Amino acid sequence: MRRDFRARSHPAWWAFLVHRLSGLALAAFLPLHFWALGQALHGEAALDAFLRWTEQPLVKASEWAIAVLLAAHLAGGLRLLALELLPWRDWQKTLLAAAAGVTLAAGLALALAI
Amino acid sequence: MSVLQVDVWRGREDGRFQRFEVPRAESQTVLDVVTYIQRHLEPALAYRFACRVGMCGSCAMTVNGVARWTCRTHVARVARDGRLEIGPLANLPVIRDLATDMREFFDKWARAQGQFAPTATRRDEPARVAPQSPGRAAADAAIECIGCGVCYASCDVVAWNRDYLGPAALNRAWTLVNDVRDGARGARLRAVAAGAGCHACHTHMSCTERCPKRLSPTASIAGLKRATAAALLKGEL
Repeated sequence: MRRDFRARSHPAWWAFLVHRLSGLALAAFLPLHFWALGQALHGEAALDAFLRWTEQPLVKASEWAIAVLLAAHLAGGLRLLALELLPWRDWQKTLLAAAAGVTLAAGLALALAI
Repeated sequence: MSVLQVDVWRGREDGRFQRFEVPRAESQTVLDVVTYIQRHLEPALAYRFACRVGMCGSCAMTVNGVARWTCRTHVARVARDGRLEIGPLANLPVIRDLATDMREFFDKWARAQGQFAPTATRRDEPARVAPQSPGRAAADAAIECIGCGVCYASCDVVAWNRDYLGPAALNRAWTLVNDVRDGARGARLRAVAAGAGCHACHTHMSCTERCPKRLSPTASIAGLKRATAAALLKGEL
Protein backbone atom coordinates (compact mmCIF):
# COMPACT_ATOMS: atom_id res chain seq x y z
CA MET A 1 0.00 0.00 0.00
CA ARG A 2 1.24 3.47 -0.86
CA ARG A 3 0.30 6.51 1.16
CA ASP A 4 -1.28 9.43 -0.65
CA PHE A 5 -2.07 13.05 0.23
CA ARG A 6 -4.63 11.96 2.85
CA ALA A 7 -1.89 10.59 5.12
CA ARG A 8 0.03 13.86 4.80
CA SER A 9 -2.87 16.21 5.34
CA HIS A 10 -1.78 17.86 8.61
CA PRO A 11 -0.15 21.21 9.49
CA ALA A 12 3.37 19.94 10.26
CA TRP A 13 3.58 18.22 6.87
CA TRP A 14 2.41 21.39 5.12
CA ALA A 15 5.11 23.26 7.07
CA PHE A 16 7.69 20.77 5.76
CA LEU A 17 6.43 21.28 2.21
CA VAL A 18 6.58 25.09 2.51
CA HIS A 19 10.09 24.87 3.99
CA ARG A 20 11.34 22.53 1.26
CA LEU A 21 9.76 24.43 -1.67
CA SER A 22 10.80 27.86 -0.34
CA GLY A 23 14.34 26.53 0.16
CA LEU A 24 14.51 25.25 -3.43
CA ALA A 25 13.07 28.51 -4.80
CA LEU A 26 15.59 30.58 -2.80
CA ALA A 27 18.46 28.37 -3.96
CA ALA A 28 17.33 28.84 -7.56
CA PHE A 29 17.04 32.63 -7.00
CA LEU A 30 20.53 33.06 -5.50
CA PRO A 31 22.48 32.94 -8.83
CA LEU A 32 20.09 35.58 -10.22
CA HIS A 33 20.67 37.69 -7.10
CA PHE A 34 24.45 37.51 -7.47
CA TRP A 35 24.19 38.26 -11.18
CA ALA A 36 22.16 41.39 -10.33
CA LEU A 37 24.76 42.50 -7.78
CA GLY A 38 27.45 41.77 -10.38
CA GLN A 39 25.97 44.46 -12.66
CA ALA A 40 27.73 47.02 -10.42
CA LEU A 41 31.04 45.71 -11.79
CA HIS A 42 30.06 47.07 -15.22
CA GLY A 43 29.74 50.61 -13.92
CA GLU A 44 27.11 52.89 -12.44
CA ALA A 45 25.12 53.23 -15.67
CA ALA A 46 24.70 49.47 -16.12
CA LEU A 47 23.50 49.03 -12.53
CA ASP A 48 21.08 51.97 -12.79
CA ALA A 49 19.66 50.61 -16.03
CA PHE A 50 19.10 47.27 -14.38
CA LEU A 51 17.53 48.86 -11.28
CA ARG A 52 15.14 50.85 -13.51
CA TRP A 53 14.14 47.59 -15.17
CA THR A 54 13.26 46.16 -11.72
CA GLU A 55 10.73 48.95 -11.18
CA GLN A 56 8.23 47.11 -13.42
CA PRO A 57 5.15 45.86 -11.53
CA LEU A 58 5.72 42.20 -12.43
CA VAL A 59 9.34 42.30 -11.20
CA LYS A 60 8.21 44.09 -8.02
CA ALA A 61 5.59 41.39 -7.42
CA SER A 62 8.23 38.69 -7.95
CA GLU A 63 10.54 40.45 -5.50
CA TRP A 64 7.72 40.49 -2.96
CA ALA A 65 7.05 36.78 -3.54
CA ILE A 66 10.72 35.82 -3.06
CA ALA A 67 10.92 37.98 0.10
CA VAL A 68 7.82 36.21 1.49
CA LEU A 69 9.46 32.86 0.70
CA LEU A 70 12.56 34.04 2.55
CA ALA A 71 10.40 35.02 5.55
CA ALA A 72 8.66 31.63 5.44
CA HIS A 73 11.98 29.77 5.21
CA LEU A 74 13.52 31.82 8.03
CA ALA A 75 10.52 31.45 10.34
CA GLY A 76 10.17 27.75 9.49
CA GLY A 77 13.89 27.22 10.04
CA LEU A 78 13.78 28.90 13.45
CA ARG A 79 10.78 26.69 14.29
CA LEU A 80 12.76 23.57 13.38
CA LEU A 81 15.78 24.72 15.40
CA ALA A 82 13.57 25.41 18.43
CA LEU A 83 11.83 22.08 17.98
CA GLU A 84 15.05 20.09 17.79
CA LEU A 85 17.26 22.00 20.21
CA LEU A 86 14.91 23.08 22.99
CA PRO A 87 13.25 20.65 25.36
CA TRP A 88 9.55 20.57 24.42
CA ARG A 89 6.54 18.38 24.05
CA ASP A 90 3.21 19.99 23.55
CA TRP A 91 3.68 23.36 21.93
CA GLN A 92 4.68 22.23 18.44
CA LYS A 93 1.52 23.56 16.80
CA THR A 94 1.77 26.91 18.62
CA LEU A 95 5.27 27.19 17.21
CA LEU A 96 3.95 26.36 13.76
CA ALA A 97 1.22 28.99 14.04
CA ALA A 98 3.83 31.54 15.20
CA ALA A 99 6.02 30.78 12.16
CA ALA A 100 3.02 31.19 9.86
CA GLY A 101 2.14 34.45 11.65
CA VAL A 102 5.67 35.86 11.22
CA THR A 103 5.54 35.00 7.51
CA LEU A 104 2.15 36.66 7.08
CA ALA A 105 3.25 39.79 8.98
CA ALA A 106 6.44 40.03 6.91
CA GLY A 107 4.42 39.62 3.72
CA LEU A 108 1.95 42.37 4.67
CA ALA A 109 4.71 44.75 5.82
CA LEU A 110 6.60 44.25 2.54
CA ALA A 111 3.43 44.75 0.52
CA LEU A 112 2.86 48.07 2.33
CA ALA A 113 6.47 49.10 1.78
CA ILE A 114 6.33 48.41 -1.98
CA MET B 1 -31.37 0.69 7.71
CA SER B 2 -28.62 2.45 5.77
CA VAL B 3 -25.82 0.59 4.08
CA LEU B 4 -22.09 1.37 3.98
CA GLN B 5 -20.15 1.02 0.73
CA VAL B 6 -16.84 -0.46 1.82
CA ASP B 7 -13.80 -0.87 -0.43
CA VAL B 8 -11.46 -3.47 1.07
CA TRP B 9 -7.95 -4.29 -0.17
CA ARG B 10 -7.64 -7.85 -1.49
CA GLY B 11 -4.45 -9.71 -2.34
CA ARG B 12 -0.86 -8.62 -1.90
CA GLU B 13 0.96 -5.42 -3.05
CA ASP B 14 -0.41 -5.87 -6.58
CA GLY B 15 -3.95 -6.46 -5.34
CA ARG B 16 -7.01 -4.26 -5.74
CA PHE B 17 -9.97 -2.94 -3.77
CA GLN B 18 -13.15 -5.04 -3.62
CA ARG B 19 -16.51 -3.40 -2.85
CA PHE B 20 -18.74 -4.78 -0.07
CA GLU B 21 -22.05 -3.52 1.25
CA VAL B 22 -22.28 -3.58 5.03
CA PRO B 23 -25.34 -2.65 7.14
CA ARG B 24 -24.76 0.47 9.22
CA ALA B 25 -25.14 0.02 12.97
CA GLU B 26 -25.09 2.30 15.98
CA SER B 27 -21.65 2.85 17.58
CA GLN B 28 -20.12 0.73 14.81
CA THR B 29 -16.33 0.64 14.62
CA VAL B 30 -14.26 0.04 11.49
CA LEU B 31 -13.17 -3.28 13.03
CA ASP B 32 -16.88 -4.21 13.36
CA VAL B 33 -17.22 -3.53 9.63
CA VAL B 34 -14.23 -5.72 8.72
CA THR B 35 -15.45 -8.49 11.03
CA TYR B 36 -18.95 -8.33 9.47
CA ILE B 37 -17.43 -8.75 6.01
CA GLN B 38 -15.30 -11.71 7.12
CA ARG B 39 -18.21 -13.45 8.92
CA HIS B 40 -21.03 -12.79 6.47
CA LEU B 41 -19.68 -11.85 3.04
CA GLU B 42 -16.12 -13.11 2.48
CA PRO B 43 -14.84 -15.81 4.89
CA ALA B 44 -11.43 -15.79 3.14
CA LEU B 45 -10.71 -12.16 4.12
CA ALA B 46 -7.42 -11.96 6.04
CA TYR B 47 -7.07 -9.40 8.82
CA ARG B 48 -5.60 -9.21 12.29
CA PHE B 49 -7.07 -8.24 15.65
CA ALA B 50 -7.03 -9.44 19.24
CA CYS B 51 -8.29 -7.27 22.10
CA ARG B 52 -10.85 -5.01 20.34
CA VAL B 53 -10.36 -2.33 23.01
CA GLY B 54 -7.19 -0.45 22.05
CA MET B 55 -4.73 -2.39 24.18
CA CYS B 56 -2.96 -4.79 21.82
CA GLY B 57 -2.36 -2.61 18.76
CA SER B 58 -2.80 -5.46 16.29
CA CYS B 59 -5.80 -4.13 14.31
CA ALA B 60 -4.08 -1.09 12.75
CA MET B 61 -5.05 -0.56 9.10
CA THR B 62 -5.28 2.26 6.58
CA VAL B 63 -8.76 3.76 6.81
CA ASN B 64 -9.66 6.34 4.15
CA GLY B 65 -5.95 6.89 3.52
CA VAL B 66 -4.91 7.33 7.17
CA ALA B 67 -3.31 4.72 9.45
CA ARG B 68 -5.54 4.03 12.46
CA TRP B 69 -6.53 1.46 15.05
CA THR B 70 -9.74 0.10 13.53
CA CYS B 71 -11.10 -0.99 16.93
CA ARG B 72 -11.02 2.58 18.28
CA THR B 73 -12.25 4.28 15.13
CA HIS B 74 -15.99 4.82 14.92
CA VAL B 75 -17.45 4.63 11.44
CA ALA B 76 -19.31 7.89 12.14
CA ARG B 77 -15.96 9.67 12.50
CA VAL B 78 -14.40 8.56 9.22
CA ALA B 79 -17.10 7.50 6.72
CA ARG B 80 -17.62 10.07 3.97
CA ASP B 81 -21.05 9.84 2.27
CA GLY B 82 -21.45 6.30 3.60
CA ARG B 83 -18.14 5.17 2.07
CA LEU B 84 -15.09 3.57 3.65
CA GLU B 85 -11.78 2.51 2.10
CA ILE B 86 -9.88 -0.01 4.19
CA GLY B 87 -6.36 -1.17 3.29
CA PRO B 88 -3.36 -2.74 5.02
CA LEU B 89 -0.78 -0.53 6.78
CA ALA B 90 1.59 1.24 4.38
CA ASN B 91 5.40 0.80 4.44
CA LEU B 92 5.11 -2.90 5.34
CA PRO B 93 4.96 -5.98 3.08
CA VAL B 94 1.39 -7.22 2.64
CA ILE B 95 0.91 -10.88 3.55
CA ARG B 96 -2.66 -10.93 2.26
CA ASP B 97 -5.61 -8.51 2.25
CA LEU B 98 -5.41 -6.43 5.43
CA ALA B 99 -2.61 -8.35 7.18
CA THR B 100 0.95 -7.01 6.94
CA ASP B 101 4.28 -8.65 7.73
CA MET B 102 5.61 -6.67 10.71
CA ARG B 103 9.00 -8.40 11.00
CA GLU B 104 11.04 -5.46 9.65
CA PHE B 105 9.21 -3.13 12.04
CA PHE B 106 10.22 -5.19 15.09
CA ASP B 107 13.68 -6.05 13.72
CA LYS B 108 14.36 -2.32 13.71
CA TRP B 109 13.53 -2.12 17.42
CA ALA B 110 16.33 -4.64 17.95
CA ARG B 111 18.67 -2.67 15.63
CA ALA B 112 17.96 0.48 17.67
CA GLN B 113 19.11 -1.47 20.76
CA GLY B 114 15.57 -1.48 22.14
CA GLN B 115 16.43 -4.17 24.71
CA PHE B 116 16.91 -3.16 28.34
CA ALA B 117 20.49 -3.90 29.48
CA PRO B 118 20.38 -4.46 33.24
CA THR B 119 23.16 -3.18 35.49
CA ALA B 120 21.94 -5.05 38.58
CA THR B 121 20.93 -8.63 39.39
CA ARG B 122 17.85 -10.04 41.10
CA ARG B 123 19.87 -10.25 44.31
CA ASP B 124 20.39 -6.46 44.38
CA GLU B 125 17.98 -4.03 45.99
CA PRO B 126 15.41 -2.60 43.55
CA ALA B 127 16.59 0.68 42.04
CA ARG B 128 15.03 3.80 43.49
CA VAL B 129 14.08 6.18 40.67
CA ALA B 130 12.38 9.44 41.62
CA PRO B 131 9.25 9.78 39.42
CA GLN B 132 9.88 13.52 39.07
CA SER B 133 13.50 13.19 37.96
CA PRO B 134 14.01 14.62 34.43
CA GLY B 135 15.15 11.29 32.95
CA ARG B 136 12.19 9.38 34.36
CA ALA B 137 9.76 12.10 33.23
CA ALA B 138 11.20 11.92 29.68
CA ALA B 139 10.96 8.11 29.67
CA ASP B 140 7.40 8.19 31.06
CA ALA B 141 6.28 10.54 28.28
CA ALA B 142 7.27 7.96 25.67
CA ILE B 143 6.86 4.62 27.47
CA GLU B 144 3.23 3.82 26.60
CA CYS B 145 3.97 2.70 23.02
CA ILE B 146 2.35 -0.69 22.29
CA GLY B 147 4.04 -1.25 18.92
CA CYS B 148 0.99 -0.99 16.67
CA GLY B 149 2.98 0.34 13.69
CA VAL B 150 0.68 3.32 12.94
CA CYS B 151 3.60 5.79 13.20
CA TYR B 152 5.80 3.58 11.00
CA ALA B 153 3.08 3.35 8.35
CA SER B 154 2.55 7.13 8.45
CA CYS B 155 6.22 8.08 8.08
CA ASP B 156 7.47 9.38 4.72
CA VAL B 157 11.11 8.87 5.66
CA VAL B 158 10.47 5.13 6.10
CA ALA B 159 9.12 5.08 2.54
CA TRP B 160 12.11 7.07 1.21
CA ASN B 161 14.82 5.18 3.10
CA ARG B 162 14.04 1.51 3.75
CA ASP B 163 16.86 1.31 6.31
CA TYR B 164 15.44 4.13 8.45
CA LEU B 165 14.77 2.80 11.95
CA GLY B 166 11.41 4.56 12.14
CA PRO B 167 9.59 6.48 14.87
CA ALA B 168 8.61 3.58 17.15
CA ALA B 169 12.09 2.02 17.40
CA LEU B 170 13.69 5.43 18.03
CA ASN B 171 11.01 6.26 20.60
CA ARG B 172 11.83 2.99 22.39
CA ALA B 173 15.56 3.81 22.31
CA TRP B 174 14.82 7.24 23.85
CA THR B 175 13.00 5.66 26.81
CA LEU B 176 16.07 3.49 27.52
CA VAL B 177 18.53 6.37 27.04
CA ASN B 178 16.64 8.03 29.90
CA ASP B 179 16.56 4.92 32.09
CA VAL B 180 19.18 5.25 34.83
CA ARG B 181 19.14 1.48 35.42
CA ASP B 182 20.21 0.72 31.84
CA GLY B 183 23.85 -0.06 31.04
CA ALA B 184 23.99 0.16 27.23
CA ARG B 185 23.66 3.91 26.68
CA GLY B 186 26.83 4.21 24.58
CA ALA B 187 26.00 1.31 22.24
CA ARG B 188 22.42 2.56 21.90
CA LEU B 189 23.46 6.12 21.03
CA ARG B 190 25.90 4.71 18.45
CA ALA B 191 23.10 2.57 16.97
CA VAL B 192 20.65 5.46 16.62
CA ALA B 193 23.27 7.99 15.45
CA ALA B 194 24.07 5.93 12.35
CA GLY B 195 22.99 7.01 8.85
CA ALA B 196 19.47 5.62 8.98
CA GLY B 197 18.91 6.63 12.60
CA CYS B 198 17.48 9.67 14.34
CA HIS B 199 19.30 12.21 12.15
CA ALA B 200 17.45 10.93 9.07
CA CYS B 201 14.15 12.27 10.48
CA HIS B 202 12.76 15.22 8.48
CA THR B 203 10.39 16.32 11.26
CA HIS B 204 7.23 15.84 9.19
CA MET B 205 5.62 14.86 12.51
CA SER B 206 3.20 12.43 10.88
CA CYS B 207 4.07 9.94 13.65
CA THR B 208 3.06 12.42 16.33
CA GLU B 209 -0.06 13.42 14.39
CA ARG B 210 -1.26 9.83 13.98
CA CYS B 211 -0.14 8.08 17.19
CA PRO B 212 -3.32 6.61 18.73
CA LYS B 213 -1.68 6.84 22.17
CA ARG B 214 -1.03 10.56 21.69
CA LEU B 215 2.71 10.02 22.13
CA SER B 216 5.23 12.22 20.36
CA PRO B 217 7.93 10.13 18.68
CA THR B 218 9.12 13.42 17.14
CA ALA B 219 9.95 14.65 20.66
CA SER B 220 11.83 11.40 21.36
CA ILE B 221 13.75 11.65 18.07
CA ALA B 222 14.62 15.29 18.80
CA GLY B 223 15.86 14.15 22.21
CA LEU B 224 18.04 11.50 20.57
CA LYS B 225 19.43 14.10 18.14
CA ARG B 226 20.47 16.26 21.10
CA ALA B 227 21.82 13.31 23.11
CA THR B 228 23.89 11.96 20.20
CA ALA B 229 25.24 15.45 19.37
CA ALA B 230 26.23 15.94 23.03
CA ALA B 231 27.87 12.49 23.10
CA LEU B 232 29.81 13.34 19.94
CA LEU B 233 31.10 16.58 21.47
CA LYS B 234 32.23 14.67 24.57
CA GLY B 235 33.98 12.08 22.39
CA GLU B 236 31.66 9.28 23.52
CA LEU B 237 30.37 8.21 20.11
